[in-house]
Amino acid sequence: MDQTSAATGAMKQYRRFDRYHRILHGVLMFSFLGLAFTGMPLLFNDAPWAVRLAGLFGGGHAAGVLHRFFAVLLIGCFALHVFRLMHRLFVKKELEVLWGPASMTPQPRDVAELIANLRWFLRLGPQPKFDHFTYWEKFDYWAVFWGMGIIGGSGLVLWFPVFFSKFLPGSWFNVALLVHGEEGLLAVGFIFTIHFFNGHLRPDKFPMDPVIFTGRVSEHELQEERPAEYERLLASRQLEEAEVGAAPAWVGSLAKGVAVVAVSLGLVMVGLILYAVLSAGL
Amino acid sequence: MLAACLVASPALARRPAEAAPKPPTNDDCLACHGDPSATAADGRSIAVLPDKFAASIHGQSGVACVDCHADLATVTEFPHAEKVAPVACATCHPEAAAQYDVSVHAASRRKSPNSVAAACKDCHGTHGILPASNPNSPTNHFNLPATCGRCHGNADIIRRGHIAVGNVVTAFQDSIHGWALAKSGLMVAPDCTDCHHAHDIRRKSDPQSSVYRTTIPATCGKCHEGVERRYLTGIHGEALSKGNPDAPVCVTCHTAHRIQRAEGPAWKTQVLAECGSCHPESIRTYHDTFHGQETQLGFMRVATCADCHGAHDIFPPRDPRSTVSTTRVVSTCRKCHPGATASFARYDPHADKNNRQRDPLLFYAAKFMEALLIGVFAFFGIHTVLWASRAVKPGHPMSGPDGGPRSQE
Repeated sequence: MDQTSAATGAMKQYRRFDRYHRILHGVLMFSFLGLAFTGMPLLFNDAPWAVRLAGLFGGGHAAGVLHRFFAVLLIGCFALHVFRLMHRLFVKKELEVLWGPASMTPQPRDVAELIANLRWFLRLGPQPKFDHFTYWEKFDYWAVFWGMGIIGGSGLVLWFPVFFSKFLPGSWFNVALLVHGEEGLLAVGFIFTIHFFNGHLRPDKFPMDPVIFTGRVSEHELQEERPAEYERLLASRQLEEAEVGAAPAWVGSLAKGVAVVAVSLGLVMVGLILYAVLSAGL
Repeated sequence: MLAACLVASPALARRPAEAAPKPPTNDDCLACHGDPSATAADGRSIAVLPDKFAASIHGQSGVACVDCHADLATVTEFPHAEKVAPVACATCHPEAAAQYDVSVHAASRRKSPNSVAAACKDCHGTHGILPASNPNSPTNHFNLPATCGRCHGNADIIRRGHIAVGNVVTAFQDSIHGWALAKSGLMVAPDCTDCHHAHDIRRKSDPQSSVYRTTIPATCGKCHEGVERRYLTGIHGEALSKGNPDAPVCVTCHTAHRIQRAEGPAWKTQVLAECGSCHPESIRTYHDTFHGQETQLGFMRVATCADCHGAHDIFPPRDPRSTVSTTRVVSTCRKCHPGATASFARYDPHADKNNRQRDPLLFYAAKFMEALLIGVFAFFGIHTVLWASRAVKPGHPMSGPDGGPRSQE
């Protein structure tokens, strides 16, 4: 770590996430944590911590009200994101949204990189040269995207059952409740373990990667982790365009504080879920 | 006092032996016993307060001391012997005595001379007996729980009398009946005797008891007649009439002495345990659905058993009278979900994701979700473990023998 941070001090910084994405991720984090903590007591209502955790929010009813508040916030994030994507695609005609290194669309190179990376894990080959988005980052993105549709959709059905009964038979409410809970569990379990590890807790990033908060990567990181992107930008002379000044110190401190709180809360939630699942003897 | 007795005695002794001796008058007795400090040889008080006796029902109706203490009617020597015969209330109250004779109290006293079971005087008192209509009487409607409680709320007597039900008095005091009696002062609120009778109190295991299992609906029905009628038409009452030994009666759900208001949140959770004692499967599936999950967290605005199934006239779902039958279920849902339709009512409040017959859609959705969760966590679990083991290395974390050191060459 010392070597890396010493290196980053003198390194040039490049823009990875703009302010819009950083703020959106911040709101997403906040609402996601809120949804997890107000929703899990209901899913694990048998666990000894369920009533107490719901009690922190003022009881089961208040937790339900807060859950809907966080849900509206998250749906707002999602709507804004989709709106901006549409704007980029249809108004600004930025077709690179659909394909290429800047696109979240899964592409043949992602499959190749996945296989190559697994081979690298097993010491059977070199590490693949990643571009702007890796396959696991795309999986994270699409997992959230799919989750938003499934959890958000089923959540709305559960919130307004009488309205939705005009289109769906009541037996779908049973499915909505099951899917909402299981997808919620999947999302919470995935974000608080896999995403945290991929983004922050893996040995070469531990304890955190501030990129989503500062929006910047160092030249060293870019060369190390995304050599394909670095070479592409260098070759197309776009590297200078991407260069930015160092992030203000307060952004770094804020990032550390927020990340420590969020990661800790997430790991506490994982602990509570494991405790509930194991004590229920599932 | 002693002097007064000595003065009185020769007068009594002077009666002619051949004629039947004139029984002592109340005044004769009170000459000695009227002294509040009068004691027997062992120091026990033998005082009879003249005012208290005069105010009693017996004093008011001109009953003489020797009407009850009949063995003293023919005594000529005074002070009389210390040992006097027990008073036989049956002489004047044959009906009450006959009723008492069949009671659990009488049976206990017959069995053992040292029984702690109540006799007449334990409830009614002795020289100061007041009619139950008198507010100061221990057998008055409002005083009765305290009177029974002298024994049934006394840990020592409960232990010595082997009273299995334990302290019922505090339970009763906290019940809706106890509150109605003590707090609201209702004449229509029951005291102990309304359910258990006064004199012929029998064990609940005695088929002739007013609180025998199959008699309970009729006993409660004395006041709750409309409820009894509905209960008897419902599936539970029908089962009871058919002799089903598991059929619930009033106290099975409401308890006997701890009866709570059915509207309160305490009852709404309590009822789950009560219904669940016979219907565990329904409670299990209830807990897996939204209403049950919310209830587990203590949120009481959602439906529990009785909100959908009714309380006393519960019918099986296939019976059109049932609140959850296809003909009535929509209006039942509408109690909480105005605007509910037949489509809405196809929601299964007891859905079981493992039951393919009952909830096929849910069954396959659950299987899909299971596969998705296992798949995602298995793949990324392995991915993470492999990555972690690859990245934890001495030297530069991103370097590797196969990839070659890629850092700043």
